Amino acid sequence: MKLTLRQQWLWQLPVGLMVGLVLLPVSVILLSWGDAQTEVWAHLIETQLGRLLQNTVLLVMGVGLGVTLLGVSLAWLTAVCDFPGRRWLEWSLMLPLAVPTYVVAFVALGLFSYSGPLGNQWRSWFGAEAWFPDVRHSLGVVLVMTLVLYPYVYMLARSAFLAQGRELMDASRLLGHGPWDSFLRVALPMARPAIAAGVALALMETLADFGAVAVLNFDTFTTAIYKSWFGFFNLGAAAQLASLLLLFVGLALLVEQRARGSARFHQHPRQERESYRLRGWRAWLATGYCGAVVGLAFVIPVVQLVIWVADSGVQDLNPRFGRLIGHTFTLGGSAAVLTVVLALLVAYAQRLNGRHQLSGAERLAGMGYALPGSVLAVAIMLAFAFLDRELINPLRQSLGLAQTQLLVGSLAALVLAYIIRFFSVAFGPVHSGLERIRPSFQEAALTLGATQSRVLRQVYLPLLTPGLLTALLLVLVDVMKEMPATLLLRPFGWDTLAVRVYEMTSEGEWQRAALPALTLVLLSIPPVIVMIRRSRLD
Amino acid sequence: MFEAGLVAATSAVQNGCARVLGGVKVRWYRPLLMAISVAVGLSGCGDAGPVNKEAFAKPTITVYSSRKEHLVKPLFEQFTAETGMPVRYVTDKAGPLMARLQAEGETTPADMLMTVDAGNLWQASQMGLLQTVNSETLNSHVPVHLRSATGDWYALSVRARTIVYSTERVKPADLSTYEALADSDWQGRLCLRTSKKVYNQSLVATMIQSLGEEKTEQVVRGWVANLATAPFSNDTSTMEAIVAGQCDVSIVNTYYYGRLKKAKADIPLALFWPNQEDRGVHVNISGAGITRHAKQPAAAQQLLEWLSGPQAQRQLAELNQEYPANPLIKVSEEVAAWGEFKADTVNVEAAGSLQASAVKLMDRADFR
Repeated sequence: MKLTLRQQWLWQLPVGLMVGLVLLPVSVILLSWGDAQTEVWAHLIETQLGRLLQNTVLLVMGVGLGVTLLGVSLAWLTAVCDFPGRRWLEWSLMLPLAVPTYVVAFVALGLFSYSGPLGNQWRSWFGAEAWFPDVRHSLGVVLVMTLVLYPYVYMLARSAFLAQGRELMDASRLLGHGPWDSFLRVALPMARPAIAAGVALALMETLADFGAVAVLNFDTFTTAIYKSWFGFFNLGAAAQLASLLLLFVGLALLVEQRARGSARFHQHPRQERESYRLRGWRAWLATGYCGAVVGLAFVIPVVQLVIWVADSGVQDLNPRFGRLIGHTFTLGGSAAVLTVVLALLVAYAQRLNGRHQLSGAERLAGMGYALPGSVLAVAIMLAFAFLDRELINPLRQSLGLAQTQLLVGSLAALVLAYIIRFFSVAFGPVHSGLERIRPSFQEAALTLGATQSRVLRQVYLPLLTPGLLTALLLVLVDVMKEMPATLLLRPFGWDTLAVRVYEMTSEGEWQRAALPALTLVLLSIPPVIVMIRRSRLD
Repeated sequence: MFEAGLVAATSAVQNGCARVLGGVKVRWYRPLLMAISVAVGLSGCGDAGPVNKEAFAKPTITVYSSRKEHLVKPLFEQFTAETGMPVRYVTDKAGPLMARLQAEGETTPADMLMTVDAGNLWQASQMGLLQTVNSETLNSHVPVHLRSATGDWYALSVRARTIVYSTERVKPADLSTYEALADSDWQGRLCLRTSKKVYNQSLVATMIQSLGEEKTEQVVRGWVANLATAPFSNDTSTMEAIVAGQCDVSIVNTYYYGRLKKAKADIPLALFWPNQEDRGVHVNISGAGITRHAKQPAAAQQLLEWLSGPQAQRQLAELNQEYPANPLIKVSEEVAAWGEFKADTVNVEAAGSLQASAVKLMDRADFR
C-alpha cells in the first residue's frame, strides 16, 4: 500500500526519536576516540587483552549454545506437549528472570566452592586432596549465565510455537515425518525469528554483565572496561573499550540478519489446539527436566535468599521499605509502558514501509542493551549534563530564569535512560509478534477504509497482545533489577529495591541484601503468572 | 506525542505539581501520560517529608556519598537533630559520582563528596572537584598523614588491611611481614582477594612508595606463585577458604574479620599485625571533602567538622568496626580486643598517585 508523504514522515517520527535518544550516549562513547588513550591500550594489549578476548568469546559461544538448547527445548515441551505438572512448570520456568544474576552466581559459589557444603562433603568422601571442580572456571560461569538468561529464549520461542497452530505439524506428520523430523524441519525454522531475538537479548546481556563475572572473578572484556575506569581513573579508555563492544554487537546482529536472509514468516491466527500427550517414562522425563531447571535456576537461589533473610532478621522492614517498593514499581511501570509504546510504533512504522529487514536505524535503536550498565549510565549522564549546560541553561538565562539542573537528577532523565537501555528488550517480542501477522489483514482493513491508526488499534493490538505483554513484563522486570543508571540518575530520595541490594552487596553484606532481593523476586512473580496465563487463553 | 508528554512532565517538575492531564483528548496515550505525571508528581511532592518552619530557614546540605545509606544516615540524622540543618544525599560508586560532579560543573547541587579509599579522594582532588578548606577544628581532629596536603579532603575513619591466619595451622611466630608471604614457605598456602579491588591496589601502591617498584613486583610475583587457588571476589570468601582448609593465610580489612567473628565467635582465625619492625600495618581511609562548586560551603564545612568530632567519630567507627580518624577517640571494645599496632604513616595520598602503577604491576605479575 502507499502512504502519503505526510503520513510517511509522521511514521518516521518514533524511529527518529528513538535513534536520537540512543545516539546521545553512543556519540559520547564514540567521541572518546578524540583523545586516544594509547598508554592504557598498550598496557592492556601487552598484559591481558588476549586472555580477555578469549574468555569473552568462550562465554558468548557457551551461553549462546546453552540458552538456545535450554530455551528452545523447554519452550517446545511446555507449548506443544502435555505432561504431569506442565501447567505449573510453564510459568515457573519464567521465574529465573526475576532473580538477579549476582544471586545465582553467589549461590553457585557458596554451594560449589571448596569451603561450601558440597566441597566439604566431597572431601569427607574422597579425602582432603581429592580434585574438586571450581565453579569460577569458564564452564561454571557459562552455566550460571545460561541458567539466568535462558528465559529470554524460552519466552519468545514459546509464544512462537504457540502461535504456529497444529495443522502444519499434522501435515508434516501425515507426509511421513516423525515427531523429531517435523520439529526440526517445520516448527523450528518457523520460530527462528523469535529464537534469534531471544538469543540476541541473552548474548547482549552476557556481554554487558558485570554482576556474575565480578562475583566469580572471571575476567571478560567488561572487566577491562571497569579496570580502566576505576583502576586507571581513565574514563576515556573505558569508553573506547566500550565502543569496541558496540562494534562486536553490531557485527553479530549483521551476521544474524544475513543468516536469516529474506525468509518471511506469517502464520494463521491462533486456533484451538490439542497438546501431544506424553506417556510413561517420557512424560516423567519431561517433568523431571523442566523441574530440574526451575529448581537450579529459581528454587535453590530463592531458598538461599530465604535462609539469609531468616539469619539476618527483618530489621530493615520499616515504612521506608514500603517506599522503596513504591519507587521500584512506579519507575518500572512507567518505563515499561513508554518503552513498549515506542517499540510498537517503531516496529509498525517499519512494517508500513513494506520492509522485512531491519534498517540501520532500528538496529541502532537497540544498541543500548549491549553496553555495560555503568558505562551506558555515565554516557547518558554526560549527554544530559551537556544538554543542561549548553542548551537548557542558556535558554533559561535568556528567559531570565535561574541556572539549575533540569535533566540530570530528574525523573524524566531516569525514565529516558531506561528506555534507551531496554528498548531492544521490548522491540524483540513486539517485532517478532508483528512478523507473524499476515499483511493481508491490514490490506483488507485499509481497503475497507480504516485509517492507519485504526488498523493499529483494532487489528494489530488484539493480535499482538501476547507479544506486548511479554515486552511489558520483560522491561518491567529488567527496570526493577537495573542498578547503575538508577544509582547515577535517580532524584534525591528515589531509592529503589535494586539500590538497596547494591548498597548491601557492595559492603559485602550479602545477608542483609537478601531482603530487598527476595522482595524483588516476589514482586516479579504476579506479572509473570498474568502474562503466561494470557498467552494461553487468547 | 511522546515528546509532548515529556515536555509536560518536565514543566510539571518546574511548576510544582501542575496538572498536566487537562485537555488531553486522544485516548490511547492517556495511560502513558498518566504514568509520567504520576511519577513526576511523586518526585515533586511525595518525598519531601515533613518540613517544619525552622528547618526551612536552614540551608539543606547535599552530599554525594559512596558510603552506603545504612552507614551515613544515622550520622546525618544526628547532625540534623543538633543543628536543624537537613542533609540530603545520593549514594553510588565513587567513579560515577565523580564523573557526575565533573559533568555538572557549576550547576551541581552537591556540597560534599564522601567516599572510601584515599585513591578516590586524591583523584577527586586532581580532577579539581574539591575546594580547599582551612579549618583549625579539622586540622586538630585529623592527623596530617590522614588528610590532603592542600586541605581538599579529610579522613573520617581508618581501616587496617592486615594478615589473617588459621589458628589451627599457623603459629603467629611464622608470620612477620607482607613481603614474607612471598617466601616459598607459603607455597600453596596463601589466598588473596582480586587485584581489581581498590583495597589491594592501595596496599600495593603504598608498597611501591616504600619499597620501590622493582622490589614490590618481586613480592607480588611471589604472592601469585604461592596462591592456593584463584583470587576471590571478596575478603569474606578468602577467610571462609582458610576456615575450610583451602589455604592458611590471607590479607583482609579488619572489619570483615570483625563481622565474621561477631557472627561466629569461635571461628579459628586470628589477625596478625605485620611489619611492626619497619613501616607498620597498611591503613586506608574513608573521608570527605567540600565540592568546588558547593552552594552551601559554610554549612558543609560545619558538617565536615562535626563528622570529625568526638560523637560522630565514635559512631562512625562503631557502625562498621573501623578505627576513628581522630586520634583522641578510643576504638570500640570489639576492635580494641584485636590489639594495638603500629600503622604505616606514609601519606595515604600515595595510594592515589601510584594506583595506576600498582594496577599495571599486578597485571604484569598476573595477579587477577
